[in-house]
Amino acid sequence: MTSATAVDDIVGSEYEHGFTTEIASETFPPGLDEGVVRAISARKGEPEFMTEWRLKAYRHWLTMPEPAWAAVHYPKIDFQSISYFSAPKRPEDMPKSLDEIDPVLLDTYNKLGIPLEEQKALAGIAVDAVFDSVSVATTFRKSLAEAGVIFCSISEAVHDYPELIQQHLGSVVPHTDNYYAALNAAVYSDGTFVYVPKGVRCPMELSTYFRINARNTGQFERTLIVAEAGSYVSYLEGCTAPQRDENQLHAAVVELIAMDDAEIKYSTVQNWYPGDAQGKGGIYNFVTKRGDCRGARSKISWTQVETGSAITWKYPSCLLRGDDSIGEFYSVAVTKGRQQADTGTKMIHIGKNTSSTIVSKGISAGEGTQTYRGLVRIGPRAEGARNHTQCDSLLIGDRCSANTFPYIEVKHPSANMEHEATTSKISDDQLFYCRSRGLTEEDAVSMIVNGFCKEVFNELPMEFAVEAQKLLSISLEGAVG
Amino acid sequence: MLAVKGLKANVGGKEILRGLDFSVGPGEVHAIMGPNGSGKSTFAHVLSGREGYEVTAGSATFEGQDLLALEPEERAQLGLFLAFQYPVELPGVNNTYFLKAALNSILKARGQPELDAVSFLRLIKEKLKILHLDDSLLKRAVNAGFSGGEKKRNEIFQMALLEPKLAILDETDSGLDIDALRVVADGVNALRSPERSMIVVTHYQRLLDYIQPDHVHVLSKGRIIRSGGKELALELEEKGYGWIDAEGQAA
Repeated sequence: MTSATAVDDIVGSEYEHGFTTEIASETFPPGLDEGVVRAISARKGEPEFMTEWRLKAYRHWLTMPEPAWAAVHYPKIDFQSISYFSAPKRPEDMPKSLDEIDPVLLDTYNKLGIPLEEQKALAGIAVDAVFDSVSVATTFRKSLAEAGVIFCSISEAVHDYPELIQQHLGSVVPHTDNYYAALNAAVYSDGTFVYVPKGVRCPMELSTYFRINARNTGQFERTLIVAEAGSYVSYLEGCTAPQRDENQLHAAVVELIAMDDAEIKYSTVQNWYPGDAQGKGGIYNFVTKRGDCRGARSKISWTQVETGSAITWKYPSCLLRGDDSIGEFYSVAVTKGRQQADTGTKMIHIGKNTSSTIVSKGISAGEGTQTYRGLVRIGPRAEGARNHTQCDSLLIGDRCSANTFPYIEVKHPSANMEHEATTSKISDDQLFYCRSRGLTEEDAVSMIVNGFCKEVFNELPMEFAVEAQKLLSISLEGAVG
Repeated sequence: MLAVKGLKANVGGKEILRGLDFSVGPGEVHAIMGPNGSGKSTFAHVLSGREGYEVTAGSATFEGQDLLALEPEERAQLGLFLAFQYPVELPGVNNTYFLKAALNSILKARGQPELDAVSFLRLIKEKLKILHLDDSLLKRAVNAGFSGGEKKRNEIFQMALLEPKLAILDETDSGLDIDALRVVADGVNALRSPERSMIVVTHYQRLLDYIQPDHVHVLSKGRIIRSGGKELALELEEKGYGWIDAEGQAA
């Protein structure tokens, strides 16, 4: 895989299949045992190494206790009541029209200005053609192929690039990593694979939006992004529109690998259904996201805007192994109603002169609870490591709460650590000031909140940032008073 | 344009305004003076609709409307403006963005077309020029990290932009040195017009050396006890508030 033409050939042949994945139209009965794991692998026609890896993960998972340390509360999950292989729903099983959908959700779609056909798709209604953007996708594919970038579903990648998968899958988040990561490794349904060859700057922002069947990746999604030396890629995950899903538990794994001088920018806007006013039916989003700055001077930057889900439990992290590598984490998390979030990051400094930046902005409204939990570890060889952490919480109303748990472990005397944390409320003074200038209370709140989040929004790709701002305003409507 | 009759208001159960009568005509500049605790700022806040003040009696009409029944933003949309004694910081909220949102919100409420970015910038440059202000102000977050003088200048700048019919300047001179005071006062004077009335609330006479009022009122214990021309301010400066209070008690 050293010559560019070889990559081009592979990429070219890959795209002949388009972006679709062959999926058998059958759903397994609920329950999990080795037979189910084998059957998933068989159904996907996977090579033996993958079946073995899944089984190893499953056996390890059996030995692990379910973690309970996060500051979130939910009824115990019965893992035997989940079906671990579900083909996309057949049209006759889906809601027939928007009339069957939670009107609150529809209201939000309208406010976001989402076209009707797309509303249906997001709400899980059967539609024939989700996107009219076939031509867009074609142009898109062409320019990626020209650049030599591989962008496909992970199932396809297992078939078409087994060496790359074997080499990298699980190398950042091993199958033994944690309870949900082990479960994901055993039963992962599908996901995304991105490979950027040496020295290539990916010509566009990659987004699952362009992968037509990406919406059916199921509850155990797996993403792997490999950026070879000197390459650059920006990846967008999710969308601002609230997505519904029949599966309550989502346990995804995302692995990023950046070699020498490579840079990966990973942006997420997560807006899964938070449930109704009582929090019923909302998604549990338990995700393991980790980036490995394997090469010298590599850089991984996580930016996330988390407004959805009933429960969010995730810590996008960076392993700063390469000397002079850089890790960044920019986060806005909103909890309102009965939403709960325990989120933050881990920056593990291993190489010399590594630096990391953490900017976390938590907003709680209603009865939302939110916890920032972050670890900065400076290893014994990480000479000259630097970290700057800024962790701000904004409370709206008096029934919500915010906690901050920063963990700092320093094993090298040269480390330079800065930690700032604030908790504030939108003050009556601020609201009155804005209103005395002619702004409504809601406009004032949205303005103050957007101001609060500005440092993070600045990190998002332009149009994503605009959408995120809008999303935030809508999320917080009626949060005051 | 503004008529206040028999206004009584409580703060935290304590009566601060005790039957205040006051009126302002178009283009007039009124100064309200008084010792600390006389109810000057309470009066300014009640007029602009701040929460936490309980009006127990009396009325206030502005342009024929019952002012006290309106939300603060509705009062602003009607043409009322309060320059704060302690302008509030809005971290992360860009000053230009804030002003554009405020102005458009007011225009919208009046059924007038909102300004686009280009015409807004043109307007803003024009106002900066009138007030001799630096445009670095525009790029910063609203009042965040501003010095005392900058905050007060920013208030006057907002006033210039929103073009209120009635501006209430609440102790605009407090915390300003003489140079800053002059800059602020020049700004205010530049905004005087036959269509704009002003209420200048101040503890000290010195502001009135720069902003010449048409009328001066002395507020004491929640009531206006003396009204007159600008010479009243000089007399007060000379004799102190004790003089008025003593006279008030004697009367």
